[in-house]
Amino acid sequence: MRFRTTRRGVVAGAAAVALLVGAAGCAVGTGGAQTGDVDYDPGASLDGSLSVMGFGASDEVASSRIDRAKAALGGVDVELIEGDLDLQQFLSAVASGQPPEVLYANRDQIGSLAARGAIIPLDECVDGEGIDLEQYDESATAQVTFADHVYGIPEFNAVQITMADADLLSAAGLTLDDVNGSDPAAVTAASVALAEPSAIPAVIGYDSKLPEFLPLWAKAAGADLISADGRTAHLDDPAVVEALTWAVGIYDAQGGFGAVKAERDSADFFGSGNQFASGTLGAMPMEQWYLNVLNDVSPDAALAFDTVRDREGRPIAYASGSAWAIPAGSGNPAAACRWAKTMTSVEAWEAAAEARLSARTAEGKPFTGLLTANDTADEQIESMVTSGGEPWDSGVAAMYEANDHTFSLPANPADAEFTTAWQDAANRVLNGQQQPQAALEQAQTEAQEALDSAWAELESR
Amino acid sequence: MTVAVRPGLRRARRRTARAALLFISPWIIGFGVFTLWPVLYSGYLSLTDYDVINDPRYVGFDNYAQLFSDPKVALALGNTLFYTVLQVPISVFVALVLAVLLDHAGRASGVFRTLVFLPKMTPPVAIGVLFLLLFNGSNGLINGVLGVVGLDGPAWTTDPAWVKPGLILMSLWTVGASVIVLLAALRGVPEDVREAARLDGANGLQVAVRVTVPLISPALLFVLIINTIAAVQTFDEVYTAFFGSGNSTYGNDAALFYVIYLFQQAFEFLHMGYASALAWLLFVIIMAITAVQFALARRFVYYEGDRA
Repeated sequence: MRFRTTRRGVVAGAAAVALLVGAAGCAVGTGGAQTGDVDYDPGASLDGSLSVMGFGASDEVASSRIDRAKAALGGVDVELIEGDLDLQQFLSAVASGQPPEVLYANRDQIGSLAARGAIIPLDECVDGEGIDLEQYDESATAQVTFADHVYGIPEFNAVQITMADADLLSAAGLTLDDVNGSDPAAVTAASVALAEPSAIPAVIGYDSKLPEFLPLWAKAAGADLISADGRTAHLDDPAVVEALTWAVGIYDAQGGFGAVKAERDSADFFGSGNQFASGTLGAMPMEQWYLNVLNDVSPDAALAFDTVRDREGRPIAYASGSAWAIPAGSGNPAAACRWAKTMTSVEAWEAAAEARLSARTAEGKPFTGLLTANDTADEQIESMVTSGGEPWDSGVAAMYEANDHTFSLPANPADAEFTTAWQDAANRVLNGQQQPQAALEQAQTEAQEALDSAWAELESR
Repeated sequence: MTVAVRPGLRRARRRTARAALLFISPWIIGFGVFTLWPVLYSGYLSLTDYDVINDPRYVGFDNYAQLFSDPKVALALGNTLFYTVLQVPISVFVALVLAVLLDHAGRASGVFRTLVFLPKMTPPVAIGVLFLLLFNGSNGLINGVLGVVGLDGPAWTTDPAWVKPGLILMSLWTVGASVIVLLAALRGVPEDVREAARLDGANGLQVAVRVTVPLISPALLFVLIINTIAAVQTFDEVYTAFFGSGNSTYGNDAALFYVIYLFQQAFEFLHMGYASALAWLLFVIIMAITAVQFALARRFVYYEGDRA
């Protein structure tokens, strides 16, 4: 068979080649892009512009700190790209070579972004601007430290405390010790004693808040879901299996997860008819911000607060929060560094606390404090807290105690896959598809494969 | 025999072709930039390891090989096919019934037509949220209605056996577009043909099955193909209900549809190369299904212009 070379064939062939070459040339990454020599100096005057992605001036705590940061930046023109971080938007901006100058992300995103070279290490920024990393919460700093480099300046801490309906506890002859997690068998027994599945609306005895709080229950049982270096998953650790079995058993003892979740979903979570105000929930672990919600919408609800506790009765909290990071290719890294430093400084937090205190006082409500991820700032702000009477003062005390006993999951290059693996495992058990052992073994395989692949790719670059 | 085309006529044709191309060039440019180029580009990316940030690394057909060893692909495909096989016939049937009812609605037809189509205007995200409210196992409207007739409704949002049936029921909320297409087809059936069948002794069912359905079969084929493609690509409502931001408590293997898994790989795990391979597999599957439907159409679809 002979092929004849025709003009049309040549054109088609050239077009195909051009397409392939064009496609190959189009996908140009920016990973590892350096920002060049940057003068990080606290005394240097700055100029240019600073676009801030993922952060908004939504309340007085934000706006008061923004004012200070703008003042510290001098002539820099600051633009806020408000709203929660849209990862697609950010990555598109980085890929197109037009990233924001500074990024506000969840701390659990830092490892993946760092591994891909989407953000730069802040070692020079920290040294140059003289940022004292010692002042930040240890678990928060661990979450933004990847491969021995700091990639984010942390701010805010979310910690869990035990929240309980004091009336229901009292009626059942129970105390906070029965629902704070220190005695798992007692919690299970309390969940049964407090629950009224046939009531309308049904009363949930205890909500162990799966799947999101599995790391908390695993830690309480003595296990970490992942090694401190972020390389090895521990999802099939017997203590994790035991923790999941117990936390799911809480639901089974009350008619199953489906029934409990249906009640939870139909509750007026942020309103005056919330589960505690309506007497339809015995107890649960919950992040501290819900304390303020309850204080706002149902100040007269009979509540009781404690920290969550491990098997030895020690306070424990699974911390999460945000962090400032500088994208690869940032047009103004010096200003970004100054911004991150100022926004998380003790002075900025004090100003924020003053603003919040004034706002709360004007509303006739107590100031319940802020958790900043800056230990020095937390100490000073705690002294500014105003009394709201009981049970709210106990709640605030539990919050600060929990904040002193936090842990976090370390940064790793496959955080999204890792989180999906353990959450899917918990959901499979909750939905009755698998037993805890099998679900966590599958999750272990999925998570470890993702970690191995991500680390190998990182190290091959 | 050869026919000589006069040079003047040829020039006129060329001018007409150039004018036509000029008029449709905005569409051609848009199609090229926003559809054709991304499609071709995804083909290239499917042969690479690409995370958006770093340069794509050529990996040959590794991504395609991985499709066959990834258990979640099989899970997602199974869920999607289960949903499609049940949802498409049910939705086409419901749309046909509603279209027939509207065809007989007389003067009120316009009002009911609007009412039937309105839910189609609901944003998919709102439908996802509505699903969680209506199908709440404890206080949802669906189980409330079932309770009135003495039935104990299932846990639609958590029980893996009931998640997809619930989603199929919810999808019927948006059959309005199919109803309008079928209604238009029904209005196009000549009354004299039906009348002739009746005069020949056909009863109502026979007229419907032997006359009306064959005459609207092209519209039925169109609705079938469009609904099938939409079902295979189901994403928005299910993602909102089960996998949306911060929605970890709703995650359910039974709701892991193919496009949701593709989205996770692309935009949550940043495996753009693998996600592109997933997209091309989906393209092939849709092409195969559509080809089968067209092949069957030759036998079951009647076009008035065709010779018997």
